[in-house]
Amino acid sequence: MAWTFVSPALLVIGVFFGLPVVAAFALSLTDFDLYALADLKNLRFVGLSNYLDVLQTPLFWKSLLNTTYFVVVGVPLSIGASLGAALLLNSPLTRCKGLFRTALFAPVVTTVVAVAVIWKYLFHTRYGLINYVLGYVGIGPIDWLGDAHYAMPTIILFAVWKNFGYNMIILLAGLQGVPQELYEAARIDGASAWQAFRHITLPSLRPVLLLVGIITMAGYFQLFAEPYVMTLGNPLQSTYSVLYFMYEEGFTWWSLGRASAIAFLLFALILVATRVLLRVARRNGEEA
Amino acid sequence: MNPRVVRALVNGVLIVVSAIVLFPLLWMLSVSFMQSGEASTFPPPLLSAHPTLANYETLFARAGMGRYLANSLAIATLMTLLSLAFNLSAGYAFAKLQFAGRERIFQVLLGALLIPLQVAMIPLFLLMKWLHLVNSYGGVIVPGMAGVFGIYLVRQYARSIPDELLEAARIDGAGEWKIFLRIVLPLLKPIVVTLAIFTFLASWNDFMWPLIVLSDQNWQTAPVALAALSREHVQDNELMMAGSVVTIVPVLLLFLVLQRHYIQGLLLGSVKG
Repeated sequence: MAWTFVSPALLVIGVFFGLPVVAAFALSLTDFDLYALADLKNLRFVGLSNYLDVLQTPLFWKSLLNTTYFVVVGVPLSIGASLGAALLLNSPLTRCKGLFRTALFAPVVTTVVAVAVIWKYLFHTRYGLINYVLGYVGIGPIDWLGDAHYAMPTIILFAVWKNFGYNMIILLAGLQGVPQELYEAARIDGASAWQAFRHITLPSLRPVLLLVGIITMAGYFQLFAEPYVMTLGNPLQSTYSVLYFMYEEGFTWWSLGRASAIAFLLFALILVATRVLLRVARRNGEEA
Repeated sequence: MNPRVVRALVNGVLIVVSAIVLFPLLWMLSVSFMQSGEASTFPPPLLSAHPTLANYETLFARAGMGRYLANSLAIATLMTLLSLAFNLSAGYAFAKLQFAGRERIFQVLLGALLIPLQVAMIPLFLLMKWLHLVNSYGGVIVPGMAGVFGIYLVRQYARSIPDELLEAARIDGAGEWKIFLRIVLPLLKPIVVTLAIFTFLASWNDFMWPLIVLSDQNWQTAPVALAALSREHVQDNELMMAGSVVTIVPVLLLFLVLQRHYIQGLLLGSVKG
């Protein structure tokens, strides 16, 4: 009887997610392309040659480097912004908490494509407000999205703005779970605000920070819409991401075998990065 | 430091930060009412000298935005209704009904959360092509009808339902589905609202899969059409801002009305896990 409750959902997940994941691995071992799309007789098993091929493509390494840059700089910045905002919201001195929380959270629920369009305009070299404001402090016009040095930082800034509210809410809940007595005791012992933050707040938040870090990192590895809308992966392919590479291989060139291999490489990368993060967290936990 | 100074400082910083965070959205609204070309002057004006609705007229009359918004609305609504039906029943069963392999299946589902959706996208596209669902609402909706996150959310919430209540109904001879519909669903109402707003927003904002499966303009959602528009009309900032406004405002309003439920779901889905 219980099966009538679960089987519809399990069927959908199995057929439209489980099966495709298995099929993706099989596909990554074939030379599935436009010809195979027309007639499956043209499909050949090629073993690991898609993987070897991709690993020898300079553009793949370029996209991997860009994506890693985005993750390594973007994740700590995002979480730092989230933590800062959460601390401000959690302060007993703060008035109108609900209002501030809503304001800071608003970018999270907006549509990536639509807000990317706004940022593209804000950071426009000639008419953008950012360059106008910077002009006041004597900084000449910067070609934010057209200069290979600035394009990725601009996208990182965008991602921080768009996403920090999400983790802010989770960290805020974590902060509210820290026992007030600890702060009381620290105050009586004459600890400064910084010492209380360093020795009470941060250790208490460690599990939440780890969780937030893993989720944010996995999400940031899946960078796609931002460069697709703001830069088309340019300038000089400096914002070309792994998923962008997969998308173009798959749906521009219809090399579906190669694209599947790229997807699995990204998956493997996320798994490895997660493990590393967990290990670092465990080691730090033992020291503390 | 003087406590009053600290208080002013904390609130002052929050006001400045909030203003910076909200500024892009407010400016989008302002620019969307500007005359064509007005926003492409330097320095950029904060408010239009001669506000106009012309950009919105162009957007709907010539760029076909009405059609795209209708597509988005239809897809998000259908997706929300269907995923409620699938995830509520499954989540409840994982929490309260006994069946062989329940815990193991649930563990497998949670494990699947680690796999990025994009890994499945290429075979999924071929499957959709084979099912003749490419360039149809079904192509977007069908794969998203049930989801691990939704099931997890419902399960977490449904565990608080007392077993005695269900036992009493069984003793009275009620069938499992009758119990679910009559007794359980009303108790699940808060999580229904939460799951509904989550699904609706996620579906409305989704980009990569709709971009892949809806290549025909007639079926495109607002974000996909907006991306295409922005890649064509690079110079027409006023028009693009109007396009962003009509894409963002529906979800932003929905969030403002139901934000308590949304934030509850966000916390239920992460911290208490």
